[in-house]
Amino acid sequence: MKKSLFGAILASGTALSPLSAYAETEVQFWHAFTGRLGELVAAQVEDFNASQDDYVVVQSHKGNYSETLNAGIAAFRAGEQPHILMVFEVGTATMMSATGATKPVFEVMAESGATFDPDAYIGSVKGYYTSTDGEMLSLPFNSSTPVLWVNRDAFEAAGVDPDTDLSTWQKVGETLDALKAGGEDCPLVTAWQSWIHLENFSAYHDVPFASKDNGFAGTDTELMLNGEAQVAHLTAMGQWAQDGKFIYTGRRNEGGANFRSGECALFTESSAGYAGIKAEAQFDFDVRPLPYWEGVGNSPQNTIIGGASLWVLEGHEAEEYKGVGEFLAYLSSSDVQAQWHQDTGYLPITSEAGDATRAAGFYDENPGTDIAVIQMTAKEPTANSKGLRLGSFDQIRGIIDEELEAIWAGDKSAQEAMDSAKERGDALLRRFESANK
Amino acid sequence: MEKRVTFRGWMLPLLLIAPQVVISAVFFFYPAGQAIWQSLFIPDPFGLSSQYVGLGNFDYLLSDPFYRASFLTTAVFSILVTLCSMVPALFLAVIADRLIKGSGVYRTLLIWPYAVAPAVAGVLWLFMFNTRVGVISWYLGTLGYDWNHVLNGSEAMGLVVVASAWGRISYNFLFFFAALQAVPRSVIEAAAIDGARFWRRFWTIVLPLLSPTTFFLLVVNVVYAFFETFGVIHTITAGGPQQSTTILVYKVFSDGFVGQDLGSSSAQSVILLFVVGLLTVIQFKFIEKRVHY
Repeated sequence: MKKSLFGAILASGTALSPLSAYAETEVQFWHAFTGRLGELVAAQVEDFNASQDDYVVVQSHKGNYSETLNAGIAAFRAGEQPHILMVFEVGTATMMSATGATKPVFEVMAESGATFDPDAYIGSVKGYYTSTDGEMLSLPFNSSTPVLWVNRDAFEAAGVDPDTDLSTWQKVGETLDALKAGGEDCPLVTAWQSWIHLENFSAYHDVPFASKDNGFAGTDTELMLNGEAQVAHLTAMGQWAQDGKFIYTGRRNEGGANFRSGECALFTESSAGYAGIKAEAQFDFDVRPLPYWEGVGNSPQNTIIGGASLWVLEGHEAEEYKGVGEFLAYLSSSDVQAQWHQDTGYLPITSEAGDATRAAGFYDENPGTDIAVIQMTAKEPTANSKGLRLGSFDQIRGIIDEELEAIWAGDKSAQEAMDSAKERGDALLRRFESANK
Repeated sequence: MEKRVTFRGWMLPLLLIAPQVVISAVFFFYPAGQAIWQSLFIPDPFGLSSQYVGLGNFDYLLSDPFYRASFLTTAVFSILVTLCSMVPALFLAVIADRLIKGSGVYRTLLIWPYAVAPAVAGVLWLFMFNTRVGVISWYLGTLGYDWNHVLNGSEAMGLVVVASAWGRISYNFLFFFAALQAVPRSVIEAAAIDGARFWRRFWTIVLPLLSPTTFFLLVVNVVYAFFETFGVIHTITAGGPQQSTTILVYKVFSDGFVGQDLGSSSAQSVILLFVVGLLTVIQFKFIEKRVHY
């Protein structure tokens, strides 16, 4: 008796469940966020699902940025691709050259009839993700830019004024000396070394990172990261590493743990480090603009973005793309964007979201949170500071990481390491060029 | 005079080997053929188009000094992993063999690490040696040794070797232990009566009698070090610092599945296929001669 009752419940359960889901079209969204950011994305998706009855967005976490891109590509090859795939900025050139696998966002929006104004986006963010004829190919989602984080308590413990001027690397160098002399064991730590100390460094000093406008003007581009300005910076950093003033912790954002635990005094990291630092830091912290070398290039120019955008993949039903369009329109609405910006430290990607945040008094209550926005938008971008569009760039970053490690370990001079990075990176660029002829 | 059994007709023998042939064809010949075919192209990641380059991928790889250096890294890594997983296993097996009480518990505990997945083992070891919060690196720090495997290549190599070999010790232990139980007591007792001490008995009697097992484990462990360790390397060092822990199979994985360069990745698998084939031939030709069955 018990058994048959249980069976009946099971049977009715399985019979009923497809009915309830039948009315709604499902949209798959694959992303790379865990922890606090993962919760925030899940909340956005839930809000969207609750706001209407026609579509259900299903979000899934697919690992870190590289793993998510891979999962998307493998799924596409197997014909199981999601509708929306989060791709980090480094994968942009790969996605752009994959015509036939991706459905440009401007097309999705036009077909779905959802409200969408590409001009609402901040120029330096939009520029990264638009085609050469100005059409938006993917939707900017989370964009950040590097800034300098200061542990004020560590400064005071080492007897250094926490309000000291840290606007130039010359001044930072003096401060590192003072911190070290004051007994600080970890004066400076960094996350994402290639992104901050080469890619953004080049844009910020208005020197080229690669030829052909950093790859925007064609795939026959070559790396130029072994220029005088970059080598001078890396030589200084290498010396600081030898002197124990710059502590190397790893290729990704491992250094974040050292900074958040209060061990390190200065930390160059994305503005999006805000969510984690605010949640965990048991000390007084401060945000400063990224330092520049006084007298090098046309510094300070603007910094460039990192983060990810949302790509729509081909091979689904028209009805489902309508849902995708609705969801993307929801994500880029100014309320959602303003909230996202305030919660995470990512840039407000529409000017309206930025204005809304300012009007709400957020910047006055949380001093320093607007520094990233100012740093990115203060000057009109030049050909050197629009961004990067290089194929196989994930692998090239791997090469750069290896060469930087050789500098930090004292095995190579900055010039030798960057010359080698250029030679090895160019070989990959040539392969990418021939794969996408 | 050798004793031979012969089959009448062809059908039965064919039927008997069919399952093995089918499995080899599906899981080995077909993928290997695909890899050889793909190694002649530079495809785009999504599989939408590809360009025929002939032997261009091989040319590109073999002219890369970093790729050639990775052969040496692989050799060092494989030898160390094989040694570090076989020697302690043999030692533990010999001790377990002499135990009278509690050998069941001892054996079970020794076999446990084998159940830990390589990537998880990697994370475990990474925690212990984490430069900031690791227990062991902290302890080394108090002894005045500054452990930093994110910048020091030899330390990174040591760490991935230990993490890769650790779980394998259990596997090897099982085989050595079983083989030791099969060594006839009468021979050992006879030697003991003749006055041979433990070490002498071990070197002259036990070790030669273990040689078939040792040879089998040598082949299996080399194959393990070559192919199954990329999970550990991926979680601990991702091939760094510089390229000090980039072994051949890790490069196949990272170029193919991180860099989406499937052409180069396929060419690397083909090269690896030849290397391991060659190694196995050498092992059977030269080392097996010294094995007494």
